[in-house]
Amino acid sequence: MPGQRILIAKVGLDGHDRGIKVVARILRDAGYEVIYTGLFQTPATVAAAAVDEDVDAIGLSMLSGAHMTLAPLVISETRARGVDIPVIVGGIVPEPDIVKLKEMGVAAVLTPGATSAQIVAEVAAALAAYA
Amino acid sequence: MPTNRETWEQAFGSSTVRDADFTTMSGIALEPVYGPESESSDGPSDYPGQFPYTRGPYPSMYRSKLWTMRMFAGFGTADDTNWRFKEIIKSGGDGLSTAFDMPTLLGIDSDDPMALGEVGRCGVAIDSLADMEDLYAGIDLDTTTTSMTINSPAAVIFAMYVAQAEKAGVPRARLGGTLQNDILKEYQAQKEFVFPPRASMRLVRDTIKFCAAEMPRWHSISISGYHIREAGSTAVEELAFTLANGFAYVELAMQAGLPVDAFAPRLSFFFNAHIDFFEEIAKYRAARRVWARWLRDRYGAKVERSMQLRFHTQTAGVSLTAQQPEVNVVRTAIEALAGVLGGTQSLHTNSMDEAMALPTEKTARIALRTQQVIAHETNVAHVADPLGGSWYVEHLTEEVERQAEELFSYLDQLGGGSMLEGVIKGIEDNWFQGKIADSAYDLERRFNTGRRIVVGVNAFTEGSEEAQIPLLQITNEDETRQLKRLEQVRQSRDQSAVDAALRRIETEAADPEVNLMPALIDAVRAYATLGEVMGSLGIVFGRHVEVPTI
Repeated sequence: MPGQRILIAKVGLDGHDRGIKVVARILRDAGYEVIYTGLFQTPATVAAAAVDEDVDAIGLSMLSGAHMTLAPLVISETRARGVDIPVIVGGIVPEPDIVKLKEMGVAAVLTPGATSAQIVAEVAAALAAYA
Repeated sequence: MPTNRETWEQAFGSSTVRDADFTTMSGIALEPVYGPESESSDGPSDYPGQFPYTRGPYPSMYRSKLWTMRMFAGFGTADDTNWRFKEIIKSGGDGLSTAFDMPTLLGIDSDDPMALGEVGRCGVAIDSLADMEDLYAGIDLDTTTTSMTINSPAAVIFAMYVAQAEKAGVPRARLGGTLQNDILKEYQAQKEFVFPPRASMRLVRDTIKFCAAEMPRWHSISISGYHIREAGSTAVEELAFTLANGFAYVELAMQAGLPVDAFAPRLSFFFNAHIDFFEEIAKYRAARRVWARWLRDRYGAKVERSMQLRFHTQTAGVSLTAQQPEVNVVRTAIEALAGVLGGTQSLHTNSMDEAMALPTEKTARIALRTQQVIAHETNVAHVADPLGGSWYVEHLTEEVERQAEELFSYLDQLGGGSMLEGVIKGIEDNWFQGKIADSAYDLERRFNTGRRIVVGVNAFTEGSEEAQIPLLQITNEDETRQLKRLEQVRQSRDQSAVDAALRRIETEAADPEVNLMPALIDAVRAYATLGEVMGSLGIVFGRHVEVPTI
């Protein structure tokens, strides 16, 4: 629900930050408090930031194809710190990978063409599922 | 008697008009029609090949030589990409363009912990000269020109290219091609930066000087608006930021003691071809004109070639949709046509599957065929600047130029009369980054409110749920193979030679008067890896950290 805190992060080497900045503004306009890590984070730095900032969800933006490796690591690093919050992936993720990512614990996957309304709805649903 | 214009105005006034957004993608408001009254006094009287080159850099344009069909490719290991290069040459592509993977773009080795999951994914993995040798094996570099899309580690990758070509028997003076080497737009848009701006600019200076002295056929920088546009800028910002960066490089080289006409003829440009057809054509025409005027009037260029802006075009990756991907062939064809009507010197057409993955061999071939249809079936290349004299296109060209000049004035002031300083300050202040993010969000809002339609995404979505087309799969096997190759290189080289070469780089990096290119070439010849060389430079240069802003 609005007022909740969301950490959005770029993990790995991918510098494409157009999508994450647009999504940050969409979520902010929807009433969330958005914290952006900046570029070139590792799963460990994202998990640590999630704990420090006491956020309710993590959004990862990934356009370089490394999602299958890095998204599960963010989940395990976060859980290793005793925090269980939804991790949402946005970016270029092929259909078969979406199924696998969800099996690995990713709460939602948003792909190119997602509208503002869809993004806000998916985030709200993911947060509600963990509430 | 009312004039035709007056009669038309009256008739138009009583027509019903669709409720639609009649502006360009950059937000330029458009009249329903243009006529002779919209022509300004200084409309172009020049012909192609005449200053200020609005109508094209060369008198004969495509009658002498069609644009180069330069297809961007790279994935997996050097062997994989070498095979794709040979396919491109067999299919009639006439230039190569190399896409590197993320670790290579950021100057780290495949076995660096940060490279995990990224090796060979969105380009080819290059760790050492051994990979470079395999990448171009069996390709005649004396006759094939090569473009390399690399920036932060451009000087090192360039050193590897020179070293492998010379090993294959082609002297450096005969090599033709382009190094992207445009670091400024990395901080502004693409965000694959390593060293701080001023240290990076020293490497750019060294490559420009090296090329001016030793490689007359090489383009030392491809000043790139493509990534600025993909990151979300408008067409006007793409043009203005790119040319501002160009002016910054000109000032950099002049400060290093090179006369403008010694290097400006080897500068080249790279623009996006987005879906707003006429605005794109106006952008290319305005770009040529602005560059010519600034080079002559502000930088004192005397040689015509210094003033003639030549550019590569790539169709807009961001315009492609994951929904109904076959429709992307149509988008790409229209964008490619804009590039050709705008007088591009070379062109890459994206494949229909690139909203989702790297292209398959089949989709890449269709993309190349799209260019061949434009070149050989439509006859559009028969006549130079075919839209010259169109009241609309001339008006739009002037408007794009006028708005760009406003942005130049801002940067010039910011830099206290220096575009080089203005651009660096604009980066440090996050001015460019903020402008681009604002424009991206503005466009997104227009999509979301339905004021801009994207077929298959926010309208006409029937069929968007259909099964996807087959995509290229990059497996972790490529990563494993690359790690083995790298391990072999580290085992088989003379380690003491590598250590000595790296120490020399560190020493020379600390002395800003030295040109680093000879030391870089010697180090890569000894099979020092990309990550090792960048590490030695980094000891002296430090790292750039962007302040995250939304």
